[in-house]
Amino acid sequence: MLLEIKNLHAKVEGNEILKGINLKVDLGEVHAIMGPNGSGKSTLASVLAGKEEYEVTEGEIWFKGKNLLELNPEDRAREGIFLAFQYPVEIPGVSNTNLLKTAVNEIRKYNGEEELDSIDFLKLLKEKSKLVELDQKFLSRSVNEGFSGGEKKRNEIFQMAVLNPKLAVLDETDSGLDIDALKIVANGVNKLKTKDNATIVVTHYQRLLDYIIPDFVHVLYKGKIVKSGGKELALELEEKGYDWIKSDKAEIVA
Amino acid sequence: MSTTETQKIEELANKEYEFGFVTDIESDTLPKGLNEDIIRQLSAKKQEPEWMTEWRLKAYRHWLTMEEPHWSNVTFPPIDYQDISYYSAPKSTPKYKSLDEVDPELLNTYKKLGIPLEEQKILAGVAVDAVFDSVSVATTFKDKLNEMGIIFCSFSEAIREHPDLVKKYLGSVVPYTDNYYATLNSAVFSDGSFVYIPKGVRCPMELSTYFRINAANTGQFERTLIIADDNAYVSYLEGCTAPMRDENQLHAAVVELVALENSQIKYSTVQNWYPGDKDGKGGIYNFVTKRGACRGTNSKISWTQVETGSAITWKYPSCILQGDNSIGEFYSVAVTNNMQQADTGTKMIHLGKNTRSTIVSKGISAGRSNNSYRGLVRVGKKAENARNFSQCDSLLLGDKCGAHTFPYIEIDNPTAQVEHEATTSKIGEDQIFYLNQRGISTEDAVSLIVNGYCKEVFKELPMEFAVEAQKLLSISLEGSVG
Repeated sequence: MLLEIKNLHAKVEGNEILKGINLKVDLGEVHAIMGPNGSGKSTLASVLAGKEEYEVTEGEIWFKGKNLLELNPEDRAREGIFLAFQYPVEIPGVSNTNLLKTAVNEIRKYNGEEELDSIDFLKLLKEKSKLVELDQKFLSRSVNEGFSGGEKKRNEIFQMAVLNPKLAVLDETDSGLDIDALKIVANGVNKLKTKDNATIVVTHYQRLLDYIIPDFVHVLYKGKIVKSGGKELALELEEKGYDWIKSDKAEIVA
Repeated sequence: MSTTETQKIEELANKEYEFGFVTDIESDTLPKGLNEDIIRQLSAKKQEPEWMTEWRLKAYRHWLTMEEPHWSNVTFPPIDYQDISYYSAPKSTPKYKSLDEVDPELLNTYKKLGIPLEEQKILAGVAVDAVFDSVSVATTFKDKLNEMGIIFCSFSEAIREHPDLVKKYLGSVVPYTDNYYATLNSAVFSDGSFVYIPKGVRCPMELSTYFRINAANTGQFERTLIIADDNAYVSYLEGCTAPMRDENQLHAAVVELVALENSQIKYSTVQNWYPGDKDGKGGIYNFVTKRGACRGTNSKISWTQVETGSAITWKYPSCILQGDNSIGEFYSVAVTNNMQQADTGTKMIHLGKNTRSTIVSKGISAGRSNNSYRGLVRVGKKAENARNFSQCDSLLLGDKCGAHTFPYIEIDNPTAQVEHEATTSKIGEDQIFYLNQRGISTEDAVSLIVNGYCKEVFKELPMEFAVEAQKLLSISLEGSVG
């Protein structure tokens, strides 16, 4: 098992957002996590990445057999967790190339591999930028500075391609994208998919799942996974809307 | 600044200077105190001609009429100018017998900077074996410079060997009446560097104090004079990225640059004097007057500085743009951490027609430090079509530090175009988390962000210096976040 989440509870600023999540993700799988606004989707993504403001109050997360909650954010990344941010941050003066070179080599060092020299590194960048159809001029530009919404998201997928994670978590990667940008991003994710990695797609809308076909769909509501199923669950949600889940859930509780 | 901070700084500043250096009093040291007799003795010991002695005395007499300035945004306890010895033999005995006796923290910093072992010894004040590479390197360089007619020597040597040049230019940019510290320096300056680039000569290498034997011992009142004659070019490097420790707390240097027709002087500084410990104790006061005169038409002077050291920095490298079409530039990175205080900036005085100036100042404050930019752009009556662009950015790390900007603009000619941009930003938790998530540690993340922020200035530094400056910046800010 690549990732196992057991009874996860998490708080932000005193409010409990996650109230007992259970999830198993294996290599080669694509999981979609859907749910209405405020259900805790992004919180789950942030907790996996180790964002400090999110306090885990109960439960466990195991990643590659390691207790993830004991690792700091950078070590989680080095172990192979990649978060494609919903709102990628701008870092003026730091070029994409510079960030990625530092990141790649830190990850390699952590895993006992030799650092890449500049020639091999640039080759890697070139190859991966083609894969996600990113114009090479972005490589020398400051990270996300002055990028359009679509460019930022594409840049996230590009970074993911270069860092080659075990588990990619895409947090609302489809938000703010027009259909062409969406296709390019989804295409990139699909190309990066192998038997040896896994993807968690966090999304509000079904439309991304037209392009990234999930093996499993989970519906998150009020901090709990209330329904799990195959890709057809996403379609059902699309058709009936989240109110269906809400009323359904109300019945369960009642 | 909050009152508690002020109190703290006062408290700390009032603590006695108790840095543990023990230096043997050599026979060749003047007693503490300052008076005309001391200055005469000092001048005599340096075997100076009468005109030099007289110049010093004039400065001293003027100094007596002046008051220590307190307009800058720094606080420090009163300095007892009678408690300083104004001359000690240039060659001090080694402070330590071997590296084992040196503060391991200091050695650790040297190691991080990648400084070779032999150099570490020199910097830390350890006795060095008779043959040291850079000595022979220096001699080779000197031969080459001599062939081209370039004069590059200590100030004392210049007074002896090139009195006409010294007489002509000394005090011509920074007069002995200029300001309290510059006037004090004029009276008691110990030594320094002298550079003259003859007409039409492009100095083929970066001139650095590093290559001058005994450069480390120029003392606390250093004096530098650089003259680029018509169509000449020189790039001069001052300082050193390695932290320099010194038993003298007050440093009041003067640097004068003279650029004649079509000439260019590029002056780069990396200043890393001992800032004191975490509480600011024992740090150096660096009160410097640096000024360049673009006398000739089409001349250009660029100041580039990376300031990370000293407990207090008070420094405004300036350009007087006299020649028509002359250009002045100032690129600065000033970092303050812990209890450091910096009040630094520049003055661009436009006098000639079509003169241009550029100011790029990047301040970084961390810890409980205070970082101020103070800049003046003045356009004189006759300075038709003068243009200035100023950019002053401040970056804050943490919430206990301060950044201040004091721009002064005085325009006496309606054709002037002056632009001023200023920003203040904080390194965001979200930026750091973003980089963490890419596998980069918090310390490396801060270093990436800060170096990115300073890029515009670093690209003005000579290549090797720029690389070292980047490393230095990371070390200076170590532990300031997270």
